[in-house]
Amino acid sequence: MISHDILVVGGGLAGLAAALNSDPALSVAVVSKVHPLRSHSVAAQGGINAPLGNNPDAKDDTWEKHAFDTIKGSDYLADQDSAEMMCRLAAPTIYQLDTLGVPFSRFPGGVIAQRPFGGAGFPRTCYAADRTGLVILHTLYEHSIRKNVQFYNEWFVTKLVVDDGKCLGVVVYDLASGEIIPVKARAVIFATGGYGRVYLKTTNAFINHGSGIGIAYRAGVPLQDLEFVQFHPTSLFGKNILITEGARGEGGYLVNNQGKRFMEDYAPVALELAPRDIVARAIQTEVDEGRGYEKEYVHLDLRHIGAEKIKKRLPGIREICHNFASLDPIDTPIPIQPAQHYSMGGIDVDESCASTVEGFFAAGECACVSVHGANRLGGNSLLDTVVFGKVAGEEASRRMKNLSGSKKAEKLLQDEVVKLKSRITAWQSRDSGIKVHRLLDRLKNIMSDRVGIFRNKKELAAALQEIAMVRDDYKEAYISGDCLRYSQELVNIIEFASMLDLAEVITLGGFNREETRGSHFRTDFPKRNDKDWLKHTMVKYEGGKPCISYADVKIDKYEPKERKY
Amino acid sequence: MEYIFRILRFDPKKDESPYFQDFSYESVEKTSVLEALMDIRNDQDGALSLRYSCREAICGSCAMVINGNFDLACRTNLDSLKSSLVVVEPLPNLDIQKDLVVDMDPFWEALQKIEPYLHGEKIESTEGHLVDDHDMDRIFQFVNCIMCGSCYAACPVASRDERYLGPAALAKLFRFVRDPRDIRPFANWSRVNTEAGVWGCDTIFACNEACPKDVRPADGIEALRRKMVVEKIKSLFRLGR
Ligand SMILES: Cc1cc2nc3c(=O)[nH]c(=O)nc-3n(C[C@H](O)[C@H](O)[C@H](O)COP(=O)(O)OP(=O)(O)OC[C@H]3O[C@@H](n4cnc5c(N)ncnc54)[C@H](O)[C@@H]3O)c2cc1C
Ligand code: SF4
Ligand code: FES
Repeated sequence: MISHDILVVGGGLAGLAAALNSDPALSVAVVSKVHPLRSHSVAAQGGINAPLGNNPDAKDDTWEKHAFDTIKGSDYLADQDSAEMMCRLAAPTIYQLDTLGVPFSRFPGGVIAQRPFGGAGFPRTCYAADRTGLVILHTLYEHSIRKNVQFYNEWFVTKLVVDDGKCLGVVVYDLASGEIIPVKARAVIFATGGYGRVYLKTTNAFINHGSGIGIAYRAGVPLQDLEFVQFHPTSLFGKNILITEGARGEGGYLVNNQGKRFMEDYAPVALELAPRDIVARAIQTEVDEGRGYEKEYVHLDLRHIGAEKIKKRLPGIREICHNFASLDPIDTPIPIQPAQHYSMGGIDVDESCASTVEGFFAAGECACVSVHGANRLGGNSLLDTVVFGKVAGEEASRRMKNLSGSKKAEKLLQDEVVKLKSRITAWQSRDSGIKVHRLLDRLKNIMSDRVGIFRNKKELAAALQEIAMVRDDYKEAYISGDCLRYSQELVNIIEFASMLDLAEVITLGGFNREETRGSHFRTDFPKRNDKDWLKHTMVKYEGGKPCISYADVKIDKYEPKERKY
Repeated sequence: MEYIFRILRFDPKKDESPYFQDFSYESVEKTSVLEALMDIRNDQDGALSLRYSCREAICGSCAMVINGNFDLACRTNLDSLKSSLVVVEPLPNLDIQKDLVVDMDPFWEALQKIEPYLHGEKIESTEGHLVDDHDMDRIFQFVNCIMCGSCYAACPVASRDERYLGPAALAKLFRFVRDPRDIRPFANWSRVNTEAGVWGCDTIFACNEACPKDVRPADGIEALRRKMVVEKIKSLFRLGR
C-alpha cells in the first residue's frame, strides 16, 4: 500500500506552502485533483497584505494596525490571537516570497509596491500588477520542483479514514487509470480550498466544489462558522469573473444608473474601499431599489484613472473585460454585480492548524483557524494560505514522532475502497434516474435565492427543506458514461454529497444565528448582538445528522465596538 | 443558435485510432466552447473527457485546437467562431490519454530541465531585494505564461525532435536570466547552447501564433541567443587578456 509520513491534499498555495515547509527528512507527497498550477489560487488578482510601510501614505503602518483592521473587518468574530499571529508573520512572509522569486511590482527606490484595499487603515497590499495569485503559485511550484516534492496529480480524494480519533489515510480515485487507491499516511493536511460552486453566481473556478471540507465533516471533524460566506462586490456581470478590489484600490468608482457614486450613502468616509460585506450589500440594495441597470448590475468606472495606469496596474482586468465582455475599461464602465467569493468558515483547526482528530490538519480557505471571522479583508486570504500552509507543514512534521498510526490502518482503508467501489457499481448499474448536474442546478438556485446576501428566517427554513428534497433525489443519481478513466462525471457525483452537506451546514448555521454580523445579514435581526452571539458556530456530523454547538471567541486586546467606515 | 460539435474521441485502452463524433448543441447567448463541451458531457455523453478549472483563461487547463486554431476553450466564445460547425481536437504532438486530455509529461519534463526557479543569493532576507520596477516590467511578458502547452504542441521542432525543450521552457529560462535577482552563472544556462536548446528553434514562430496569453515565447529564445553570443565574446576577451 502506498504510504507517506505526511500527505498534503491540495496543490494550491496552502498545499504547496505546507509541502515546502515539511521536514525534508520525512516522506511527503502532495495529492491534487488537478495539476497544482490549475488550482484556484492561480486566479487571485489584487494582492497580499503586509504592513511593510512602503507606500508613502503608510509610513506608520505596523503589524498591530494590520491586526486591528483584520479583527474590526471580521466584525470581531476572528480569534484575536490567531489574527495577531498572521499579521506578525506577514512582513517576513512577503520578504521570503520575494527571495524565492515572486516578481512583485515595485515603487521608486526598488521596494515592493503596495496599494490600498478595502477596510485597511493603510495601503498595505503587495501585488504583481493584477496577477498576484499566478506569480506566487508559480513561484511555489517552481520551488517544489527544486526540492523534488512528490506529486500525485489528478488524484481525487474521496474519503478521510479516521479510527478512534486518529487519522489513518485517505481513499483516492486516480483519474488517469480509473482505479480506486488507498493511501496510508501518519499525518494528512487538507488544503482543498473553497466551495464557491455551491452558489449560482460565484467568482470561483469550476472545480471549487468544496469536497475537502465535506470529507472532513463526514470523518467527524467539526466545521466552524460556515454561515459566513463572502460575496465579492465586483464580479463581471454575466460570467461572474472577479474584477479585483485592486480596481477600486487604484481609484475606480462605483456608479448607479443615475450616475451617482452611491457609496457616499453607505460608507461616507471609506466609500468604495469599505469592507466587502458593506459594499456588496450597497450594490445589491441599489439594484433591488431600481437604481441598477437591467435590474442586475451597476457600473465600475475606471475611465478617469487613465489608460496608462490601467495598462500597467490592471492588465489582467483589461484582458478579462476584452475576453468575456468585449469591452475596454479604458473607455467603457464595467458592468458588475456581487457574487459568492470566499468562505470565512471551514474545517475547525487551532492556530497550529491541528484539528480535533490526531494527525489531521487543515490550512488555507478550507480551514477556519479563525482569522477572518465574519468577514475577510481583501488581500488577507493569500496571506492566510502562505502563513498557515507553512504552519501546517511544520506542525505536522514536529508532531510526527507522536503519531503512531494504527495496526488496523491498512484493513480499514481497504474496507473503504471496497465500499466506494460498490457505490460506483450501483451508480453505473442504474440506467435511468437523475443526472447530478440537474441536482446541482437546483442546489445552486436554492443557495443563491435563499441563503445569499440578505437572509431571513422564512427563506432559510425553506432552503433547509428544499436541500433535504434534493438530498432525497440524490439517491436516484446515476452515471451514464461507460468508462471510468478521466471521468469527471464520477468526480462530480461523489463531490455532490459534500456539496449537499455544506449547503445544509451553511444554511443551518445561518438559520440559528439570529443576528447580523459581517457577511451574515439577517433582515429580521439587522443588528449585531454581542451578548448572545459573539461566539463561533460549530457543526459536527453525529448520529447521521448535523449537531450544533458554540465556542467562545478569543478576545485579547481589542474590545468589540460598532464598525463604522 | 444550433451548432454541430465535431469532437475528436479516443480511448487508447479501447479504440484502435482516434475518430470524430458529432453532437448537436443549442447555445444560449455568450456560451464559451468550454461551457458547451461541459453541457455536451452532462447531457449527451458522460464519458467525454476534458480538462478545465478556472474558466477565466488563467489556469492553463483547457488549451485545445478549435476549428484549426490553438486556443483556450474557456475564452473562446461560440459567437466569435462565425461558423455553426465547431471542430474540437486535443493539443497535437502530445499523446492522447482520453478524448481531449493529453499527456503533458514531456512539457513538464522540459520545464524541469532548465531549473525553473530563482537562483537567488543566500540572504536571510529581512528586507527583500531592491529591484527597479522597470526590471520587473521587463520580465512580466514571460511571467504571464500560464503553462497551457499550446506553444509546445504547435512547435514543428518539438514535434520532430523530442529532445527539444520547446518554447515555454526556454522563455521561462529567459525570465530568470533577465531577473536581476537571479545569480545563476553563465555555465548554468549555457547548457541550452545546443540544438535541444536555443539553437533548435526554426524561427517559424508557430509558438507566438499559438499562445493565448501573448507571451511571445520566441522573443525569449531569441534574446537568449543574443545574450549567449555576448557572453561567449566576453569570455573570449577574458581568456585573451
Ligand atoms: C478570482 C479570485 C481572486 C482572488 N484574489 C485574491 C487576492 O487578490 N488576494 C487574496 O488575498 N485572496 C484572493 N482570493 C482568495 C484566495 O485566492 C483563495 O482563498 C486562496 O487562493 C485559496 O487557496 P487554497 O490553497 O486554500 O486553495 P486552492 O488554491 O483552491 O487549492 C485547492 C487545491 O485542493 C485540491 N483539491 C480540492 N479538493 C480535492 C480533493 N477532494 N482531492 C484532491 N485534491 C483536491 C485542488 O486540486 C487544488 O489543488 C481570490 C479568490 C478568487 C476566487
Ligand atoms: S508561452 Fe503561451 S502558449 Fe506557451 S505555455 Fe505559456 S501561455 Fe501557453
Ligand atoms: S479553464 Fe483555466 S484556462 Fe481555461
